[in-house]
Amino acid sequence: MTALSVAGLHAGYDPDLPIVKGVSFDITRGEAVSILGPNGAGKSTMIKAIAGLVPCFAGHVRLGQTDVTGLASHHLVRNGMGFVPQTENIFTRLTILENLQIAAQLLPKAERAGRIAAMLDMFPDLAARPGELAGALSGGQRQMLAAARALLTEPQVLMLDEPSAGLSPKLVGQVFDTLRRISEAGVTLVLVEQNVRAALTLTERALVLVDGKLAHDGPSETLHDGKLLGELFLGHRTAEART
Amino acid sequence: MNPQAIIDGLIAGSTIGLGAIGLTLTYSILRFANFTHGDFLAWGAYLTLTVAGVLGGLAAGLGAPVYPFSFGWGLPLAMFGGVALTVALTLGLDRILFGKLRARGADAIIIVMASFGASMALRSLLEFIFTAKPAYFTKALQIAKPLGLGMRATPDQLLVIGMTAVLVVVLHLLVTRSATGRAMRAVSENPSLAGVYGVNVENVIRVTWIIGAGLACIAGVMAGLLVQIRPYMGFDLLLPLFSAAILGGIGSIPGAMLGGLIIGLAEAFAVQIVGAEWRAAISFVILVLVLMLRPQGLFGQKGA
Amino acid sequence: MELLAYAAFFLTIALTYAIICLGLNVQWGQTGLFNVGIAGFVGLGAYVSAALTTPDAAERIGGFDLPIALGWLAAMAAGGGLALAVGLLTLRMRSDYLAITTFGIAVALQLVFQNTESLTGGAFGMAFIPRPFSGLQGEAFAFNGLNLALTAAVVLACYLLLEHLLRSPWGRALRAVREDEVAAQALGKNPVLLRIQAFALGGAIMALAGAVQAHFIGFIAPGNYLPMMTFQVWAMLIVGGSGNNRGAILGAVLVWAIWALSGALISEVFPADQQARAASLQIVIIGVMLCVILLWRPQGILPEVRSVSRHLGRRNKDIKP
Repeated sequence: MTALSVAGLHAGYDPDLPIVKGVSFDITRGEAVSILGPNGAGKSTMIKAIAGLVPCFAGHVRLGQTDVTGLASHHLVRNGMGFVPQTENIFTRLTILENLQIAAQLLPKAERAGRIAAMLDMFPDLAARPGELAGALSGGQRQMLAAARALLTEPQVLMLDEPSAGLSPKLVGQVFDTLRRISEAGVTLVLVEQNVRAALTLTERALVLVDGKLAHDGPSETLHDGKLLGELFLGHRTAEART
Repeated sequence: MNPQAIIDGLIAGSTIGLGAIGLTLTYSILRFANFTHGDFLAWGAYLTLTVAGVLGGLAAGLGAPVYPFSFGWGLPLAMFGGVALTVALTLGLDRILFGKLRARGADAIIIVMASFGASMALRSLLEFIFTAKPAYFTKALQIAKPLGLGMRATPDQLLVIGMTAVLVVVLHLLVTRSATGRAMRAVSENPSLAGVYGVNVENVIRVTWIIGAGLACIAGVMAGLLVQIRPYMGFDLLLPLFSAAILGGIGSIPGAMLGGLIIGLAEAFAVQIVGAEWRAAISFVILVLVLMLRPQGLFGQKGA
Repeated sequence: MELLAYAAFFLTIALTYAIICLGLNVQWGQTGLFNVGIAGFVGLGAYVSAALTTPDAAERIGGFDLPIALGWLAAMAAGGGLALAVGLLTLRMRSDYLAITTFGIAVALQLVFQNTESLTGGAFGMAFIPRPFSGLQGEAFAFNGLNLALTAAVVLACYLLLEHLLRSPWGRALRAVREDEVAAQALGKNPVLLRIQAFALGGAIMALAGAVQAHFIGFIAPGNYLPMMTFQVWAMLIVGGSGNNRGAILGAVLVWAIWALSGALISEVFPADQQARAASLQIVIIGVMLCVILLWRPQGILPEVRSVSRHLGRRNKDIKP
């Protein structure tokens, strides 16, 4: 079962200068995939385009069976997309509970309280003080809240844009432990990361994006030896995409 | 100092506060300073006047004053129509102008400029349709009743103050407690993140216009009832509205109301000292003071 | 002959607006600052120059009988000084606070013109403002022609000065700040300082325009400096092409022509008692025109030469310090 399918995607801020230039891949339900690549390769732009935050100029994005290309982000959420932006990914002027309540609004009324309680169970740090302003949370706790919010609606696919950015090594460990639990619970995970080592230990498959194009698509093990990755990042070698 | 200034200030402040609440909401959620907001007050008053005229034509009894007020059942009824029409006007304007610019991703300042152009056009259109001659909701005269401590007020004036208080409380509860209010606060902090959370931002924008236009119409009717209706009434209120919204802190409903009352009271007291001809300068002085001393306003977020 | 004299008169007024437009172009076109108090700056220039150059009058303070040129200079100093103060107050804050503050400045100055009778003559305004070439006032053609030449010379001088500045390092820094503030800052430019300078320069030019206009007409009153004027000047710059100095001049002449013609048309079509009312239609037309241009051709008739002004464009980037 394909959870997310991207075909021939061109995206960016200016139609004349696309940043993502014809990327295709399929992600199976339950899979955990890293998207790696050097700075400026277009990883973030691509994941934002999939999440409906950056215009798509050509190609298709499908969530399950549904074509969601170019839909506004709030429609995507309804179709089973969970996206966690890299920065500014929670409402700091709202309380922790309010952050969750906004996301819960998409669920049927009867399920809302239950799902919020489930999320608070999953993230005890948040449960300790749900009435506090989210702006008071630490960096790692903010990532937890962001993930909790995205998971609350039980998305088909959870996409995270550099969840480890700006966190101390210890917190990175915590965040990745949480992501592992999420993945093990059966959620399809797509992860854009600069922290290659951490990402590869978490996901079974890795895509490498170089200059807006897919340079590699294969099992994470193939990249554990840094040599291939280094060559890919430097653009010395372009592997065939495995679609 | 004449204690009557307190009553005068509260009455003027009620109108300014209600107008400023709409302005501060559109400011924080649509992210631009809307220069047409003053004209929504004027349009609200004229649209209500028009509906009242039609109602009066249908049922003459509606115009008869209901004791102790100076107006009949026709006016509150007409105000519902006026609110609906003012809402339609703002939603229409958003569809043909502001929404288009927003969709194009135009800078906030371009939208401010468009609002400035639209404001001139709307105001002059009022002048063309209704002429510059003042109009009135009622011809009945009211005697101000003594309230003690040397203060007097008419029943109409007390009704305006009471109604403002009720509206502010209801709105404050709506924004702090309801799902709609949560979504509004989310959009005001970060519209694109709100989309990622599943909030339909265009819906929130529509709700914001509806609240802003509704309050503008009510404030316009209040000003029209207590003073008079003129095409320039909204424009003359624009600076007090902005000052009140900034003084209260952009996005804060209690702040806007408090700012409105402070400006109303400051005007009422200052007028006794410097003379009525300087009334319009008072809110400017307050604006400059706020920008110098506390640019984020009384209840504002820093950096907002 | 009479028609020519009228044409000269019309063009002179249009050119005084062109000066205001050039001033606004420094603020908006080059720097992206939204001034909603143009009428205040223009009026300030007019009143300052008038107060210095009129003959002594019993009923008010002022009337120093100074030469016109000195009046013009003083007007520029006053306009520049006011703009400097406004800039210092608001240019560190979000961009629309400047708009609101300038709007307030115009309202406040309007009250000063209206209420300080001992300085400004109050609602009656000030008369007997010396006019250039007043010795020739009997010969309409020569008088209007010479005044036109003088005003055109002022426009030309402003134009050349601004074009020169535009190409100078200062002008480049200004555009850099407008296009990408962070990058400009990284290159060591001080955005706030540059904006304040541009705002003050624009304010000085607007005040000069007010003085030129006042001396040409010979009479000023508070009613000349209503928000309407601000609005007209905006329409002129947006129609002509913001960021382009030639566009600013073209827009001024064009919109003034539309204004004069629609005014003439209204006085032909509508009966005398309806004319005041119909005149408000003129404003509706200009307001709608402004919005339509912002929607469909934000760059105006003559777009900015180097790059289409990007803050009219697609991306949302607020001006923040």
